[in-house]
Parts: sequence; structure tokens; C-alpha cells
Amino acid sequence: MKTGIAIIGGGPAGLAAAVAAREAGVEDILIIERDNELGGILNQCIHNGFGLHTFKEELTGPEYAERYIEKAEELRIPYMLHTIVVDIGEDKVITVMNKERGMFRIEAKAVILAMGCRERSRGALNIPGYRPAGIYSAGTAQRYVNMEGRMPGKKVVILGSGDIGLIMARRMTLEGAQVQVVAELMPYSGGLKRNIVQCLDDYDIPLKLSHTVIDIKGKKRVEGVTLARVDENRRPIPGTEEYYECDTLLLSCGLIPENELSSQMGVELNPVTSGPVVNESLETNVEGVFACGNVLHVHDLVDYVSGEAKLAGENAAAYVKGALPKAGKGIPLKGENGVRYTVPCTVDTERMAQKQIVRFRVGDVYRDSCLCVYYNDKCVSRVKKKVMAPGEMEQITLLKSKLQEAGDLESITIRIEQE
Amino acid sequence: MKMKTKELVCIGCPLGCNLKVEVSEDGAMEVTGNTCPRGADYARKELTDPRRIVTSSVKVQGGHLPCVSVKTETDIPKDKIFDCVRALKDVVLTAPVEIGMVVAEDVAGTGVRVIATKKIDKA
Repeated sequence: MKTGIAIIGGGPAGLAAAVAAREAGVEDILIIERDNELGGILNQCIHNGFGLHTFKEELTGPEYAERYIEKAEELRIPYMLHTIVVDIGEDKVITVMNKERGMFRIEAKAVILAMGCRERSRGALNIPGYRPAGIYSAGTAQRYVNMEGRMPGKKVVILGSGDIGLIMARRMTLEGAQVQVVAELMPYSGGLKRNIVQCLDDYDIPLKLSHTVIDIKGKKRVEGVTLARVDENRRPIPGTEEYYECDTLLLSCGLIPENELSSQMGVELNPVTSGPVVNESLETNVEGVFACGNVLHVHDLVDYVSGEAKLAGENAAAYVKGALPKAGKGIPLKGENGVRYTVPCTVDTERMAQKQIVRFRVGDVYRDSCLCVYYNDKCVSRVKKKVMAPGEMEQITLLKSKLQEAGDLESITIRIEQE
Repeated sequence: MKMKTKELVCIGCPLGCNLKVEVSEDGAMEVTGNTCPRGADYARKELTDPRRIVTSSVKVQGGHLPCVSVKTETDIPKDKIFDCVRALKDVVLTAPVEIGMVVAEDVAGTGVRVIATKKIDKA
């Protein structure tokens, strides 16, 4: 089997990339999805707050997904469900598997990686204690409650204040569970402020910052967990232990881009994001392989995922039509002084659009500071920011005209500086 | 005139603007810190008549999934949230379900309808 552009994953990123590639004139597109429907994680995100940027209205996750699914159907973009990719070669030959056809190969001219991310598991968190039933990732609980109509438990403690954890604190409360506390290891929340307000404060659920789980009690089923305060090195402080009786522990401790397939095919990964290193066209080091959405770096807003995926789709379309200039070296983009990473990692002034959005996260909470952009050693922009926090993605825009004026640059640096 | 100051975080969109509301004695409010008009609306409502959109899921028979997600068509008073979710507990729909299909009229006496937010095909 052959195709022009193979898109791995039929969630928000894959769908928006497919629609953009088709609208850019590529006929031959195939979306490969392992679940039983398109839409990805949006299907279980039944809360509202999606689409304010893209559609100028407030939608729930399934409604947002449906807009793109309808568009993809309307454009007659082919997709395969229940189909899992087991390998992608550097030559863009994709080995896939499904029930109907067994194992087979798809040869693609371009590949868009849109596999999304997964949750950090208990094993990766090193929580001591027994291994009873009743410990779930927040996303697993979300799928049970919202899509399968099953409640994971009645008395709940949540570790980690990521957005899914906050949203599940509210959801479980509404469904009759008693959510006792949300504990967060860091001195700040990992989720959006609006979710602290409407998911915790609205229901008087306490958020304990600088706290973690140090013991899980129960052999068959969770019976309780012990929380303790941690010091500035995130070590539990003896004497601060508090025991909570509960039957369920939800974990919302970070998301990790799912890049096993990418690294197998030789795509270079950024150790900070665990996502591919990409240039301004969202192309990886493997020519004709693009990445977008949560597989590239974890987003807070699906609207930004759709925008990013559109760019990947358009560039993949230009690539298969032979209209994308060969990638040059590009100017390296660097994050410094609190800016943890940048997406993209390089900008080629030949290939970039008039405006290039650069997205990144900061490493700590910064108040009343400035976001500064340097061309080599020269500061070209200084924007005051009241608050920047790791839980909220930041962005700056680079202008092609300004970069061309500046001539040959060694680097572009984004830094946080005091006012 | 005496002023009362209240600080809020806007929940209108993921930006989460820090709002400052100055309430004068006659009840007039001045909102600052908002980036868009929704912020000012939210602050006024939050201090006088706090409301939320409620989302939940209800059972479906004969569909490709056992549940369908639903939402209140507009926001409802905050103190009616639990009544709303309780009223949806016993609702059972039959597939197919279309987006926008009315699941409950006048939920918990709020005058607001609850509608489906996902398409459920016949299994």
C-alpha cells in the first residue's frame, strides 16, 4: 500500500494536519488511528472551554473533535481505525497491524507524527507502599467516568495538580465521590488557574502545595494514603505526615510525549520536552517527517494544537509537492534563564512564514519580570509579564522581515530578566 | 465613597486573567485586569449571581459507547449544579444520539436545557 502523507494518530493534531494537507491540495492522505473512533483524548474531555480561539465559541471536547471529524469526512480523507503502527522506517515505510488485514506495510512520501502523549505512571513516580487496586492515572479515571459510565471509587485523594487531576476532582465530586485533597509536590500548581477556581475552590477541595504521598496502605484495595510536606529539595519532612482514609488514589503528575516510534526511526528528541527537535516547518531531522500536537510538546490548549498541526499539514503538503525548499542550517533558538525549551529549535529565514510563533514553558513561577528576545547579543524586544508559571505555555512571535533585516544571525535567545 | 475590593481569577478562557473588582457602596463595580469584555462580565456575575456551565454524561442504550456526554445549554446558578447532575442520573437515551439533541428540558428548575455533546451511533 502507498500513500502521499501518512498521519500517525487521529486526535486533534492528526485531524487538523490532515484537513490542512488536503486543503493545500494533497489527494493522497491516510490517518492511522489505534482507537475505535477519531478524536483522541478530546472524546473523554467532556468539560467545556475548548475552541475559544479556533471557533470563537466555547465547546466541550467531543464537540470540538466533531468539528474536525466532520471536516475530514467532508473532504473524504481516508482513515483506518483499530490500527496500530508498530514501526516506521527511516525510508518512511510504516508497519501497521489490525484485525482485518493482520500485519502490513504502508509506503509514505511524508509522515506526520501526531501520536499525542501519555500520563506519568506510578512506577515512574517511585511512590513507596503496597500495590493494591484503586490507583489510577487521572486520565484512566476520566475515561471510566465519562465514556464508560463507571466510578473508580468513592473516597478519593489526588496526587498532582495537572489539569486532568483538577478536572477529575470536580467530576468525581459531582458524581458523588468525596474528594478529600489534591496534593502537589511543587510549590505551585501544574494546572491552569481557571481550573483551580472552577474545579477545586468551587467545591472547597483543598490544594496542598509542597506535599506528596509517602505511603499507600492496603493490600487488595487502597485503604488510605499518607501525605507529607516536602522541603525545597522535594524531600519529605519528618513529623509532617497526615493519614487520609481513601479507596482511590488518582495520579496527575505530568504528561510525556509518546515518541517510541519516532526514536525508532531515527528522529532526534529534545531531552527537555521528550518530543522531536523540529525546525520552523515542524520538520524533524528526518526529511519529510513532521511532528505536531502533544507528541511534539505537551500543550494546555487544543486550539494551539490545531494551529500547530495546520502548519505541519501545510508543510507536509508542500514537501510532497516538491514545493518546500530544502532545509538549511537555520538559526538556533535558545531558551535561557528560566526558559526551558523552545519549539521550534531552529528558524530558517528562507522557509519561515511572515510570522513565526515560538512556544515554550518557563521553569518556575516568575512575577513582574520581562520576557526578552536577543538577536545574537542584542536585545530586540522586552515584554513585561505580570506572572509566568510552568503550568501555562508562553509564546513570542518572530517576524521574517525583522530577521532578514538582521542578516546572518548566530542565535536567537529568549530569556527571562528582572524588570 | 467607601470601596470594597475583591480579587478573582477569570474562568472565561484558559488565559485566567487576574481580575480586580472595586465595589462602591451603591453596588457599582469597576473591573480591572481583564484582557477582554468577557472578563468584566464574569466578574460582575461572579459577585452577584455566580453561574457555571455543567457537563456530565448520561447512559445510552444500543450505542457504540455506553454513555454520551452532555452539557447545560447555558450557565446555571452555582447552587443548582448538584441538583442538575442528580436530575441526569436516571436519564437513559437510546442510540442514535446527535450533537445538540435535548436530553432534559428545564433541568432542576433552572429553565435551561441539557443537550448532548457527542454523536453516538447505533452499535
